[in-house]
Amino acid sequence: MFPPIPNPPVAPTSPGFSDKDLIRRSASSVPAPATRQTEVAKLIDVSKCIGCKACQAACIEWNDTHQAIGVNVGVYDNPADLTPEMFTLMRFSEWENPQTNNLEWLIRKDGCMHCEDPGCLKACPAPGAIVQYANGIVDFVHDNCIGCGYCVKGCPFDIPRISKVDHKAYKCTLCSDRVAVGQGPACQKACPTQAIVFGTKDEMKEWADFRIKDLKSRGFENAGLYDPPGVGGTHVMYVLHHADKPEIYANLPRNPTISPLVELWKGVGKYVGLGVMGLAAAAAVVHHLVAGANRVSPEDEANAEKLTEGRHS
Amino acid sequence: MTSDDGDRPYDVQPGDDVHPGKPVTVDRYTVGARINHWITAVSLVLLALSGLSMFHPSLFFLTVLFGGGQWTRAIHPWIGVVLFFSFAGLFIRFWKANLWRSEDNTWLRRIRDVLAGDEEKLPELGKYNAGQKFVFWGMSALIIILIGSGIVVWDEYFYPFTSIEQKRIAILVHAAAAVVIICVWIVHVYAAIWVRGTIGAMTKGRVTGGWAWRHHRKWLRELVGKRVVGKTSAS
Repeated sequence: MFPPIPNPPVAPTSPGFSDKDLIRRSASSVPAPATRQTEVAKLIDVSKCIGCKACQAACIEWNDTHQAIGVNVGVYDNPADLTPEMFTLMRFSEWENPQTNNLEWLIRKDGCMHCEDPGCLKACPAPGAIVQYANGIVDFVHDNCIGCGYCVKGCPFDIPRISKVDHKAYKCTLCSDRVAVGQGPACQKACPTQAIVFGTKDEMKEWADFRIKDLKSRGFENAGLYDPPGVGGTHVMYVLHHADKPEIYANLPRNPTISPLVELWKGVGKYVGLGVMGLAAAAAVVHHLVAGANRVSPEDEANAEKLTEGRHS
Repeated sequence: MTSDDGDRPYDVQPGDDVHPGKPVTVDRYTVGARINHWITAVSLVLLALSGLSMFHPSLFFLTVLFGGGQWTRAIHPWIGVVLFFSFAGLFIRFWKANLWRSEDNTWLRRIRDVLAGDEEKLPELGKYNAGQKFVFWGMSALIIILIGSGIVVWDEYFYPFTSIEQKRIAILVHAAAAVVIICVWIVHVYAAIWVRGTIGAMTKGRVTGGWAWRHHRKWLRELVGKRVVGKTSAS
């Protein structure tokens, strides 16, 4: 058993990190010193999940969201997808293992992965609407959000959702408010099987190693850690019993990266775009300086008068 | 110098007229065309400002012009709708006079003379020269691209109809087309400033006879010929 995080002290605690501890800030730069704190991570051990949805209930409760009561669409997923009111979602997949002919019921707790290189933050046009804290947590600052949905396009995991109520983007915060005072995320606290554990990234990797060895000893020879390098690693990681086939877990991407389209658009594109427009304007100024104004001469006017002579008005 | 179709009236438009005097004045745009133009112009400028504010972080401050980021995001697509329909009006008014003519090829080949302002070396032109036609058709094509790609990323109403990957393509196309249309706009505005006497066409609706003689002689001849009895206007 992973040692549980002790309950918080009764006396007020000053936060361990705040908006002064940013390493990235959307559409703006971070004021120095941007020093790195110990990276935190949440580890989701898919093999230990029993699909009870206590994490979803805890998430709703802690974040005080109000997911509308839905309808049964024929699967266990409830609601059917992430919403602005549901930051985490158990996704259930039925998979027939071709080696054992066993039906495996795979349950993956979906939600923000807190990428080390966050695509949402890269795409965001609003200064400070998306921030990355020095411990790796990626958070949305709703006061600055303009609701454009660019984060949705930037995200390699299809996580952010735009609220139809206040037109702002929502996703898992990794309970940054709880983590700031030494607590783990609400979902972790509620998980009855320790399928969710929380700690420093190093601790989580170490714990994952232990879990993977255990799974391998039980015949899951492809058990492994999901910490995708394409986004610089993530601060939410999975232990998968079939790490060689992440797609079977409700289409978990094999090698997620920020889309090259987004890199082009919010990377070199924005500089080239401004440059091209600037060149066009500069060319106009230069042309005017070189060629001078194109003026109508008195002869032109005289010719026009000659042409219209004798014309009925 | 002129092509065979020079004798046939082809780009005199409703409302175009010539008034003898000193100087001669020529009616170029009706009041309807001018209102239509300025609605389009204001829309385009507002779209450029609001779009640029979301394009590059250094221009985000432009959102204050629209009441903040949320308002900018909400209003930008609606201005786009206004522009689309307003430009459609201009398209219906002007497309015929913007059809490509043989003299436009000659004009393009002598682009150096155009840039130097040596218009005596150029063929006589109808209501629009090839550069103006480029602006017209460029704007037309770009506005279709922009409204099409814009609808794909207008999440408020159209989010469920496309995939995220399609939205990524659309937003890149939208941004690229916007850069190009702003450049076309710069060419359009600069040309109107450089060629003195042009702006009155869109403010007062008329230009001087000398302006028409210098820049659009074929159009002027046609206008004069239209009213002169028993006299041919062809050179």
